[in-house]
Amino acid sequence: MGRMSLAQSHNPAENTGAALELLDVLCTLLLGAEDELNGLDRAIGDGDHGGNLARASRSLSELRPELAELSMGEAVTRAGRAVVMSVGGASGPLYGTLLMEMGKALPDEPGPGDWAAAFAAGVDGVARRGRSAEGDKTMLDVLAPASRALSEEASADLHEALAAMRAAAEDGFETSRGLRAKRGRAAYVGERSVGHDDPGARSALLCVGAVADFLGENKG
Amino acid sequence: MSVALLIVSHSADVARGTADMARQMAGADLSIAWTGGNPDGGLGTSLAAITEQLEAVWREEGVAILVDVGGAEMNSEMAIEQFDKAKAKKIRICQAPLVEGAIMAAAEAASGGGLDQVCRAAEEFSHA
Repeated sequence: MGRMSLAQSHNPAENTGAALELLDVLCTLLLGAEDELNGLDRAIGDGDHGGNLARASRSLSELRPELAELSMGEAVTRAGRAVVMSVGGASGPLYGTLLMEMGKALPDEPGPGDWAAAFAAGVDGVARRGRSAEGDKTMLDVLAPASRALSEEASADLHEALAAMRAAAEDGFETSRGLRAKRGRAAYVGERSVGHDDPGARSALLCVGAVADFLGENKG
Repeated sequence: MSVALLIVSHSADVARGTADMARQMAGADLSIAWTGGNPDGGLGTSLAAITEQLEAVWREEGVAILVDVGGAEMNSEMAIEQFDKAKAKKIRICQAPLVEGAIMAAAEAASGGGLDQVCRAAEEFSHA
């Protein structure tokens, strides 16, 4: 069994095992992005976004053996909880809620449409938790269009759906740069946030891109 | 018993100091807890620590939480959601400045105000 595809397996443990490979990819990516994300956050926030996500990644890596025993939905929910417990900054409750709401929405043998629906539920959760909307210059500027694109294409070709998700995430990130922050610490610097990359939008883009790469390589 | 207070700041020093100032206002009988710092002890907040302090001070009369910024409020919300509905209804996050709100809330709690009144006192604070 190699990498996970969005196509379902009838073995729940196999699904979860493949998702753990994706988890490893995301953790390695975020640990490597610590300095970049801290730098972006230092410009318009409190400078700890990279460190916070690195802490989440280390916590998730430690949790790996426990996650391997769970069904997909349980594992994603449990991972979300670990993110909330380990982070300590606003990104903890936000990314944690994303995963916890996704986990709640996932059936035991999720197919592409289930993943798309779960992602949408997660994004709704982030918006509620942060009392935020697209256009506020947050991670939602990336997550919301990415989720919409995946939902629209999920029933068609998987490769196209992933490509559409990535393209929507990139467009959302580019658009977000020119916005003025309305939520989070960056809102305190007001106009000065215009033209800066939002650290949450950046980490969301990194993750969406990595998910698209991982699943795309394993297509078929 | 009177309404209890919980101070949640990114900084343990700020949380502790705010609790000291509130206690000075309200006397030793006030039940006030505080927490600050992320799970590693740096600046931030910890869901586990907030939950622990909430469990310690929870009472029928209610608990008013004063928070500083961003994650402090979201982590406090998530902590509240872990309680059963009946208990959670008696926990409120005040939309008020941390230090000034804590002092006003403490004064109101000490004079026997209910949870609504305590939160209102904090939220209506203005530099007179």
